This record gives sequence, structure tokens and C-alpha cells, in this order.
Amino acid sequence: MTDIDATFAAADAADETATLTPGQVFRRRMFGHTGFLIGAGLIALIALVAIFAPLLAPHDPFAQSLSTRMLPPAWVDGGTWDHIFGTDQNGRDYLSRLIYGTRVSITIGIGAATIGLLIGVTLGVLAGYFGGWVDHGISFLLTAQLALPGLLLAMALVFIIGPSIWVVIGIVGVLHWTYYLVVTRSATQRIRNLDFVAAAAASGANPRQIIWHEILPNLFSSIIVIFTFELGIAILAESSLSFLGVGIQPPTPSWGLMIAEGKQAMFYRPWLVILPGVCLFLLVIGANLMGDGLRDITSPEGRNE
Amino acid sequence: MLRYIALRGLLALLVAFTVSLAAFFLLNVATDPAQAIAGEDAPPEVVESIRARYGLDRPLPVRYADWLGGVMTGDFGESYYWHKPVATLVADRADETITLALSALAVTILIAIPLGALAALNPNSWIDRFALGVAVSAQAVPNFWLGLIVIILFAVTFPIFPVSGDDTWRHFVLPAFVLGASSVPAVMRLTRTGLIEVMGADYIRTARAKGFRGWPLLRRHALRNALLPVISVLAVQLGQKFGGSVITESIFAINGLGRLALESILGADIPTVQMLIFVFAIVFVAMNLLADILNAALDPRIRIG
Repeated sequence: MTDIDATFAAADAADETATLTPGQVFRRRMFGHTGFLIGAGLIALIALVAIFAPLLAPHDPFAQSLSTRMLPPAWVDGGTWDHIFGTDQNGRDYLSRLIYGTRVSITIGIGAATIGLLIGVTLGVLAGYFGGWVDHGISFLLTAQLALPGLLLAMALVFIIGPSIWVVIGIVGVLHWTYYLVVTRSATQRIRNLDFVAAAAASGANPRQIIWHEILPNLFSSIIVIFTFELGIAILAESSLSFLGVGIQPPTPSWGLMIAEGKQAMFYRPWLVILPGVCLFLLVIGANLMGDGLRDITSPEGRNE
Repeated sequence: MLRYIALRGLLALLVAFTVSLAAFFLLNVATDPAQAIAGEDAPPEVVESIRARYGLDRPLPVRYADWLGGVMTGDFGESYYWHKPVATLVADRADETITLALSALAVTILIAIPLGALAALNPNSWIDRFALGVAVSAQAVPNFWLGLIVIILFAVTFPIFPVSGDDTWRHFVLPAFVLGASSVPAVMRLTRTGLIEVMGADYIRTARAKGFRGWPLLRRHALRNALLPVISVLAVQLGQKFGGSVITESIFAINGLGRLALESILGADIPTVQMLIFVFAIVFVAMNLLADILNAALDPRIRIG
């Protein structure tokens, strides 16, 4: 008896979902997805910190002071509330440097993920739409790119060209497009065989029009999902480069570089290494949770519901 | 089967040479190697004499053909920095990196497969959530930071394992953990989904009906099929470990290929960088080839299709 009731209740619920507009379904899924809410919250918070860095930072992140070098955080003996997270080797306020570090990470994340997007989506749509030799050629390019030791090549190129934030963005972006390609290629292959594409072709649309007006709009949600993941990947790549000395250069506050600078003193002043690492971790986990969440929310079946 | 392997092998070789070509042109176009050897402030006549001495005044395609010809006979050129044959340098340091990569793979297997299996056997339990938490965190932790945290912990709090050097097996425990951790999420998730799928299959129900329970059921029926895809992913992950050794080796002062890569980049030693990129690409391609062959050998459906 209860089984039958439950079945009816489920059927009613399904009916109710069916009468919702896509926007309502989307919002309902979004606010019902804990992982997405945590991830998006973290990203929004860090983005706000980056935008309002000058208002939030208690000190100038570049101002050195020999008399206040390597102060511990406020809650440790010898710390002061004037420098909540202490100071670094040059007496610069650590909290202010962490706050300005959000700008470096987010600029590089967005810049590199956008470059990767342009390359990957272009190649993916071309391979998926035209198939044949175009597809073979692009798939070969993909295999070759995957075989490249990315970090090593990025290190060499950044070092040789000369490290600057724009060089780092360009090189990290140029080396991270495979994920976009794989997903947009198979999605395009699927979409191009659907009836509405055939209808557009029958009404005289050329390939360019079909790609721009029929295929790309349908790829939008998967591209956003990958962009979110790539944000995290690019941020990690920049921090590794900066840590190894072939990325962002001093005195710019990059979290990876701050970890490298704190490394010499890490046994006596572990917070110099721990704090920037925690910031990186939170930003990247935020991007990953948001990406996982967006994938669940935008997939037709609404996974994990 | 032999035809399949031959075709795949040919493709792998083609990929490796494409990678070497791309790396060669990127490294030589982006920079002036003669200037890099001479140093930034060197007078033009010195730069010119170096250019002539190393044959850098010839056109790029000629230099690539020359390099390729050398590679065929095992001659990778002479290091600008150490003034030794590059092949000797690399051969001297390879075993440290091979040891590191294999032990990292062992760490991945020991953590990821039991955790994934436990999560799959108890879906939505606390262990499943814990495994998911491990996967999400391991994906977001910067590898170099994890290394430093492990060093701080083990050098100060638990002095069990040495934190730098490469003399005994004990030196490899911590680096292997750090390098192995980065592969845990992928392998763990794959084990989990594979095993969940298999446990729902008809033949498992049949085995249960015949009285199989617990470990014998897992070992003789479920794991064999569930781990098929995991084996090939492990081969791919092993291929990536070589490129990933750059960070781990520089943090733990292991004198392997990764550290050689960092040193040669900082010394603008292009022949060494060039060979390392080639070697890492060959290893990656070979591991992917191995994964394909293993897949075909273990799963008849792929061979026939």
C-alpha cells in the first residue's frame, strides 16, 4: 500500500517538474546542490576580495620595513593585531600580500582558461563538424599535445621568453586546450546529426552559419563547465611555475612565489608556507566544486539528484 | 592483434617525433640560444663566435634534420652547460626518476584501489563520502605545497623518514607519496564507478546465488572486470609521473631527470631540455601504447571492434 502511495507521489513530483520552465528547473537544481553552492560561494568571495583588494588590505603589500621582519601571526606569541597574519622576510604585511595575490591568480586563471577555450573550442567544433581528414588531423594534434610534458615546456618557454604575467597567461593558455577539444568535438558530432541542423542546412544555411547559430549555442553549457575546471588547472600551473622561479617575479605577490620565498624559513616560520597554500587550495577546490556542480545542474538528467 | 600493435606503435612514433619537432621549433624560435649561452650582457662578437661554434648560424630545418640524424644514432648533442654528451647526462640520472615514478605508482595503487573499492561496496556511506573528500582535496592541493607540508611535518614532528636526498629506499617514501597523491583521484573514481557497475551485473547475482560472498566474490568475479579500465589508466598515469617529477625532485633534492630539467632550463641548456622533452614524450607515448595493448589483450571486444 505504502509502495503504491510512494509511486503516485513520485509520479506527481515528476509531473510538477514537467510543468516548470527550464529556468525554474535550473534555479531549483542550483540551490539544491550543496557542492555547487560551496564552490560558487568560495569563487564569489575570492573574486570580491580581488576586486576590492585596495579597500580590504590593511597595508601596502609592497611596503618593506626592516624593523618588522618575519613577525608571527597575531595569535602566536610576539604577533600583533596590526599584522594579523604576520610579516614576511622583508617586513611586508602578509595578509595584504595574500589579498593582492587573489588578483594574480584570478587574472591568470581567467586569461589562460580563455585562451585555451578559443583554441580548444575552435578545433573541437571543426573536427566534429567536418569529420574526415580535418578530424584525423586535429585528433593527431590532440595526441601530440597530450604527449608534451606540459610543465617542462611551460617552464622552458617562460624562462626563455622572459617571465611576466602576460607571458605566463599566454603559455599556460596555449598548453591547456585539450579538454575543451575532446568535449566539444564529441558534442558537435552528436548535434550535427540532429534534425534542426538538417533543417537549417535544408533552408540554405552554410557551414559557418550552422556552426555559429545552431551548434555553438548548444555547446555553451559544456564550455562553461570546462572553463570552470580549467580555471583551477591554470591557477595551479601558474603557482607551480612561480614556485620554481620561472613564473611571476618578485615583488609581485603571487601565492606560488610567496611559498617559494617562505621555503627558506619554513621550519621556524611555517605560516609563511602554509597560508598561501591554503589560499590556493580554497580557490582551486572552489573552482572544482563549482565545475562539478555546473555539470550536474546543466546535464539533461540532472545527476546526483 | 599484431597488426593492431604495429599500427598503434607506428602512430606512437609519429607522435613522439611531432612532439620533438614542436619542442625544437618553440625552443629555438622563442629564443636566441647563442645569446642564452653567452649571457645577456655578452658583446656581439662573442655571441657570433658561439653561434658559429655550435652551428647555430644554420637555418632551423637544417638544424632539426641534424638533431634528428643524431637521435637516430643515439647522439643527442652536447650540453652547453655541463659540456658533456646529453645522452650520458640523462642516462646517469634516469634510474632515480624511474625509482621515483614506480614507487609513486605503487603509492597510488595502495591508496586509490582499496579506497575506491570500499566506497563502491558501501555507496553513500561515510567511507564513500570520505573517499570523495580525499579525491576532491587531492585534486585541489598544489603538489609542491603538499611536498613542503610533508617535509615540515616529518622533519619536525615525526622524524621517521629523511626529507631530502636519494641514498636509500627510505628517502623515496615521502617523495613517492607526494608524487603518487596526484593520481589518486582519477584512479579512485574509476575503481569506484567500475566496481559499482560490475556489482550490479547479472553474473554477480548468479555468483551470489551460487553462494559466493565477501572477498572470494570480489577477488574471483568482481575485481577482475572492474579493474580492467584501471590497469590502462595506471599505465597512462605512470607516463605522466616522469614529467611530474620536476617539482617533486626539486623539493626533495633527488638527483634525477626532473631536477636535471629544472637545472638545464635555468642554465639555458637547450640540447638537454630538448632531449628531456623528447624522452618524457617517448615514455608517455610508450605507456599509452602499453595501455592500449593491455586493453586489447584483456578485453576481446576492443580487438574485434
